[in-house]
Amino acid sequence: MKKIFYFLPLVILAILAIYLIMGLGRNPQDLPSVLINKPVPAFELAPIKGQTKGLSNLDLLGQVTLVNIFGSWCEACRLEHDLLMKISKNNLVPIYGIDWQEPNNLVGPRWLKRLGNPYTLVGDDPKSRGAIAFGVTKAPESFVIDKNGVIRFKHTGRITENTWNNTVWPIIKDLRKQ
Amino acid sequence: MTPAFFRSSCLVIALLILFPFNTNAVDPSEILRNPTLEKRARHISKDLRCLVCQNQSIDDSDAPLARDLRLLVRERLIQGDTDNEVFDYVVSRYGDFVLLRPPVKAVTAILWLGPAIFVLIGFIGLLRYFRRQTADENSEDQNK
Repeated sequence: MKKIFYFLPLVILAILAIYLIMGLGRNPQDLPSVLINKPVPAFELAPIKGQTKGLSNLDLLGQVTLVNIFGSWCEACRLEHDLLMKISKNNLVPIYGIDWQEPNNLVGPRWLKRLGNPYTLVGDDPKSRGAIAFGVTKAPESFVIDKNGVIRFKHTGRITENTWNNTVWPIIKDLRKQ
Repeated sequence: MTPAFFRSSCLVIALLILFPFNTNAVDPSEILRNPTLEKRARHISKDLRCLVCQNQSIDDSDAPLARDLRLLVRERLIQGDTDNEVFDYVVSRYGDFVLLRPPVKAVTAILWLGPAIFVLIGFIGLLRYFRRQTADENSEDQNK
């Protein structure tokens, strides 16, 4: 009976090792958002140069919307851009943009002029106030907001054709039914 | 090595030890005029994780997001927030992960109590081991 006691440390170590090994496979950058099912925190951003209206949390009421945090400096945003253009051309869902941490107020508008502007409204976010409201750590990040202005889904990183078809678009269609 | 060179080298080393380089990332332009508020801001910043470079506090990090969070902390303090209100503000957006000192909760209990439990287990084991040894010695004495 006492012999079993000797194996206890080994058993504890094994359990610990299993947990730690499982932890190795996880991406520490992939944080669960605490904002899911919470209303969008209040924020107000000025328009980007050349536009008259900025973006605030009040613009995200009344319909299901997609909020996208991007920056002209961000490679993955460039890759994501074509898909966003396609979504906006087909009028699938209004996309609201947060133009995050541009080095100056010219590069963002220039980027959108060159590649096309898929956003209904864009807020200029040089001081990260919009990004912090959404708990963003890196661009691009996208959020699905329901018609009551509640955050229902977060996607970290670029939305690929695949994620759009299999995850984001079904969620949007689902929320519209509610 | 000339004695003069040796002496000046010693002086430089001594000065470096006495006045180490400032290792925080706070830019002089960020510093608040009110020294008490600034002190509180520094204190809060040291406990908030930089989410870009996750093992640094926002006080240490040069990442742009860390800078913007430092400025936000200072702005909230000027608006009259207590330290806890500032922490709550950031935690409500980024979650507990942003705190470098995880809060004591049911899910973090093992984190806080774990080490103490292991020390206790080790101590009990040690106690049993010594008890048995003295018992063995006693029985050996009796055999003589």
